Amino acid sequence: MKLSGAQAVVEILHREKVTTIFGIPGGVVIPLFDALYGDKSIRLIVTKHEQGAVHAADGYARSTGKPGVVLVTSGPGATNIVTGIATAYMDSIPMVALTGQVPTSIIGNDAFQEADITGITRPITKHSYIVKDPKELPEVMKRAFFIATTGRPGPVLVDLPKDILTAEIEFEYPDKVSIPGYNPAVKGHPGQIKKAMDAIAKAERPLLYAGGGIIASDASEELTRFVKTTGIPVTLTLMGLGAFPGAEPEFLGMLGMHGTKSANYAVDRCDLLIAVGVRFDDRITGKLSMFAPNAKFIHVDVDPASINKSVIIDIPVLGDAKHVLREMNKSAHRLEIAEWTREIEQWKTEHPLTYGNDDDILRPQYVVEQIYKVTNGEAIITTEVGQNQMWTAQFYKFARPRQLITSGGLGTMGYGLPAAIGAQLAHPDATVFDIAGDGSIQMNIQEMATISQHNLPIKIAILNNGYLGMVRQWQEFFFGRRYSATCLKRDGRCPGVCDNPGKDCPPYVPDFVRLAEAYFAVGMRVQKKEDVEPALREALKVKKPVLIDFLVSPEENVTPMVPAGAPLKTMISSVEDAQRYLLA
Amino acid sequence: MEREYTLAAIVENKSGVLAHIAGLFSGRGFNIKELSVGETENPEYSRMTIVVKGDDQIVEQIKKQLNRFIDVLKVYDLSNVPSVHREIILIKVKAQAAMRAEIFQVAEIFKGKVVDIWHDTLTLEVTGTEGKIEALIDLMRPYGIVEIARTGRVSISRGITRKGGKKNE
Repeated sequence: MKLSGAQAVVEILHREKVTTIFGIPGGVVIPLFDALYGDKSIRLIVTKHEQGAVHAADGYARSTGKPGVVLVTSGPGATNIVTGIATAYMDSIPMVALTGQVPTSIIGNDAFQEADITGITRPITKHSYIVKDPKELPEVMKRAFFIATTGRPGPVLVDLPKDILTAEIEFEYPDKVSIPGYNPAVKGHPGQIKKAMDAIAKAERPLLYAGGGIIASDASEELTRFVKTTGIPVTLTLMGLGAFPGAEPEFLGMLGMHGTKSANYAVDRCDLLIAVGVRFDDRITGKLSMFAPNAKFIHVDVDPASINKSVIIDIPVLGDAKHVLREMNKSAHRLEIAEWTREIEQWKTEHPLTYGNDDDILRPQYVVEQIYKVTNGEAIITTEVGQNQMWTAQFYKFARPRQLITSGGLGTMGYGLPAAIGAQLAHPDATVFDIAGDGSIQMNIQEMATISQHNLPIKIAILNNGYLGMVRQWQEFFFGRRYSATCLKRDGRCPGVCDNPGKDCPPYVPDFVRLAEAYFAVGMRVQKKEDVEPALREALKVKKPVLIDFLVSPEENVTPMVPAGAPLKTMISSVEDAQRYLLA
Repeated sequence: MEREYTLAAIVENKSGVLAHIAGLFSGRGFNIKELSVGETENPEYSRMTIVVKGDDQIVEQIKKQLNRFIDVLKVYDLSNVPSVHREIILIKVKAQAAMRAEIFQVAEIFKGKVVDIWHDTLTLEVTGTEGKIEALIDLMRPYGIVEIARTGRVSISRGITRKGGKKNE
């Protein structure tokens, strides 16, 4: 059948079963938006900023496992999604980004709204294509979806020059593609799996360290069975939270910089670390040479480049986590590790996650705990980045995969609100909460309009402390409380140096309640501890977007904390600890 | 231990691939010493010979990162297999008429050719290993080197079998 390039793209989206796309039109992509006009099976969500669109597509992808699709114009439209592509790339999220491009005849001429987007995004995509011949369009699109969703998933960009969109092609869509340079490993090598199982059988203090790879390969069930069969304790990365139910006794909590003491002590003490779908990120390992110093390493990962990248692995198993865990389960049996689990239980009892909860002060951790309570631990939670994200990771016990949607690797502030749009659209009946900070939410606050326009009942909980809180915390701990540039109330009248906002300062900037109302959402402000739960329950009753501005204690810290570059067992919980650490 | 490694990569013969690979080296802080590119027996593919400095772990990581690229088909490590390494140099030296015979003689010993001659310069073309090329440069220095152009190494394994690792191995 004969189609225009633009019609072909829409037809391909149908065949790839894409039902929701996010984007903003612009000059060169008018033909493509024209082809989408009135389409019955594709819902087009127009955001207010392209960054909102790309994060929404990412949130859609994370909450479903299907590729997120974003469609923007050339030049600034394309460069505005760069942060979102990098966010998806760092966390291995399947995404197809379609960008318009100036006509092929004038590429390279510094044309209006021209940017070399394939060049710009090359280091932050799994692959990027520019279509220069209309005949190649179907094959390139097929490859894009295939690459984005297989192996270690990731974003793929397809740059579509205007003349490609208007050209007429004889449309034929391939059923499958074979790409000579791309054969992702799926099955683990039986010999390596056997070696791993032998090492596990011999271990006295084994520990599972699992991450986002479990969620990407849909291996949560296999992981849970493996843990329940063997009794091996498990710790998860931020990206892995929900891959194993957070309330189960084998779970030690998150490890790493803001991990639990029991998880980090267990890493330090274990004699066998079984790493599955993780990449030994610096926020996990702390000082690399001191990471799990007593352990042999097993590493299961689908990406060969992740193995032996920063830590030398004793038993590498290249393969998809689901397949490898399924094989491992076949020979798994209960381990005699009672002494080890007792040791861990003791750490858990001695060092639970705590905060000052014995007074009337409204603390952010309390708000997260209450959100956990009123949602019965079942909500889909998105976060911004910083303290709000870490408190969420610590105090919301995630029960299932794809329940926590957060920017881990890149740490993109402004992620949570648009990501919530994608998650809510994919799960219209679920409760979706964006747990936000007053700093990061303002980086994409304009998407409140998108939320209202689609009447998405997203609940936004701002843990408002008036600071860029995580940076402020580092300044308090490691820079002698010199609060350079972190006070969000600071204005032109403030003295050059100030570490203590006073009575003359505004109570908050901006007035989020009125801002919510300006966007036709419900706004509430909570200043007292006893009002937290009723406000949350009220918010849940309203089938509308609700923003709750929690004015929390401003200088609350995320603890425990492993200072950057320190060994994992060096955990500090106060300014005094930090002083001792700096002097040591 | 840091040393030199010679890698050969078969890549798609398309625009952007060289930039992609160059970007990998700069982005990940790998040290590239020499790079040469040319079409293979199949015009759809190019072959890159890449000489890098590093230790075993870094080079393993470079190979894996190269393999991750969709436009890279195969990566061979020629560092530890019997291989032939060659480089071409074009070297222009000062050569008044009186000195020419002497330089011709050196060129002959190096199995080189005189490819250009002018009133007071001449240009030699020599093919060889890096050691041979370096020796030639050393010998030409006293005459006065005007300009040098080197291709960087091209390498190929000896015999029929291709050794040095296939994709996803």
